[in-house]
Amino acid sequence: MSSFKIAIASGKGGVGKTTISVLLYHQLQKTMNETISLVDCDVEEPNSRIFFPASTQTNKEVAYQEIPMIDTTLCSFCRKCVNVCEFNAIMMVSALEHAEVNESLCHSCGACEYVCDRQALGTKRVAIGEMSQHNTSTGVLYEGRLEIGSVMQTRLIGMLKEWGATDHLTIYDAPPGTSCSVVETLDEMDYVILVAEETSFGLHDLKLIVRLVKALQLPFGVLINKAGLGTTPLKAYLEQEHIELLGEVPHNLEFAKASAQADIFSNIPWSIQTSLERVTQKIKHKRVEL
Amino acid sequence: MKVVITSTSDSLTSTFDRRFGRTAWFCILDTEDDAIRFIPNEHLNASNGAGLKAAEMMGELKVSKVISGDFGPKAKQLLDKLGIQMVVIDEADSLVQEIIERLNYTK
Ligand code: SF4
Ligand code: SF4
Repeated sequence: MSSFKIAIASGKGGVGKTTISVLLYHQLQKTMNETISLVDCDVEEPNSRIFFPASTQTNKEVAYQEIPMIDTTLCSFCRKCVNVCEFNAIMMVSALEHAEVNESLCHSCGACEYVCDRQALGTKRVAIGEMSQHNTSTGVLYEGRLEIGSVMQTRLIGMLKEWGATDHLTIYDAPPGTSCSVVETLDEMDYVILVAEETSFGLHDLKLIVRLVKALQLPFGVLINKAGLGTTPLKAYLEQEHIELLGEVPHNLEFAKASAQADIFSNIPWSIQTSLERVTQKIKHKRVEL
Repeated sequence: MKVVITSTSDSLTSTFDRRFGRTAWFCILDTEDDAIRFIPNEHLNASNGAGLKAAEMMGELKVSKVISGDFGPKAKQLLDKLGIQMVVIDEADSLVQEIIERLNYTK
């Protein structure tokens, strides 16, 4: 089997992106004879695992970043490193022979080390988060959890994607919005599913994420969640822009409640089930086509 | 000794700026000779680390005391390390001049 990477994204949180990711993961696993992985890339607030209360952790690894350290006995206080640091992470007071790198501002870009001609910069390792692997009732789940206060979300997402790489079908649950973390998640995807809601805010948010995936030149389609709830011309927009509508997951109050209690696989309503089947069918075709 | 007051503009009749890292100007009072200088905050619009850069500047200028309304946690830490005293006042409408007068450094 070859790998096939699908990201599930939305212009904003609260449209049921994680629920959809988990349902598609479940549905795809049922119909395919390979182990499907789900990678929760929302490292600031990972929540896919809530849907699998019986999952067991099978592996974990701490992710590190390298932070430069300035040896003031070698440093000439020339400030080259200070000026090259785009993140204002280096503080230097030559009058007091004080030099330090602020961990929460440093992005480990290496620029300071590159410009220093006195070898005054060493490095130390600082944890930016943890990556863990779980066996769920469905398949494998990977989760990244950012260390509180760390600004290295994109780095952690990149590491998590590498750590959880398989040659099977993998679903990546992107963080909500259109931030750098989303861009990092979408990098090297084979296909992107955008989850949208039929409300006026929903349309606005969808347009933002459509702009992003178009800029990244990724093939994508839209899945309407909680269909039938609103009346905005979302479909008219899709038609006008020639965007593929992958399917509509109907709104179902009882089911929404169940998914809030994270007991969603036990009785998926038939209307939702049929729509999921249609979408997974389309995904399988995409895999052959792309 | 040098005392700094964060200021919204570059004259004694400017109002006090409550923000340390994102103040527009620094008013520097040298108590030795009563000289007063204003220097702009070049890191005012930095997306990150404005407070730290301001604290660094205080160190370079060999300031002993900074008067402002709100020091961020990072700036506070660095100022502490550099041995610079922080004075917090909460008087958004005061003029820089009034604060200087209250300091009572004049010989
Ligand atoms: S590694 Fe990059 S971000 Fe970190 S201190 Fe050096 S120049 Fe700044
Ligand atoms: S570039 Fe090197 S020598 Fe110059 S201030 Fe930075 S650490 Fe010191």
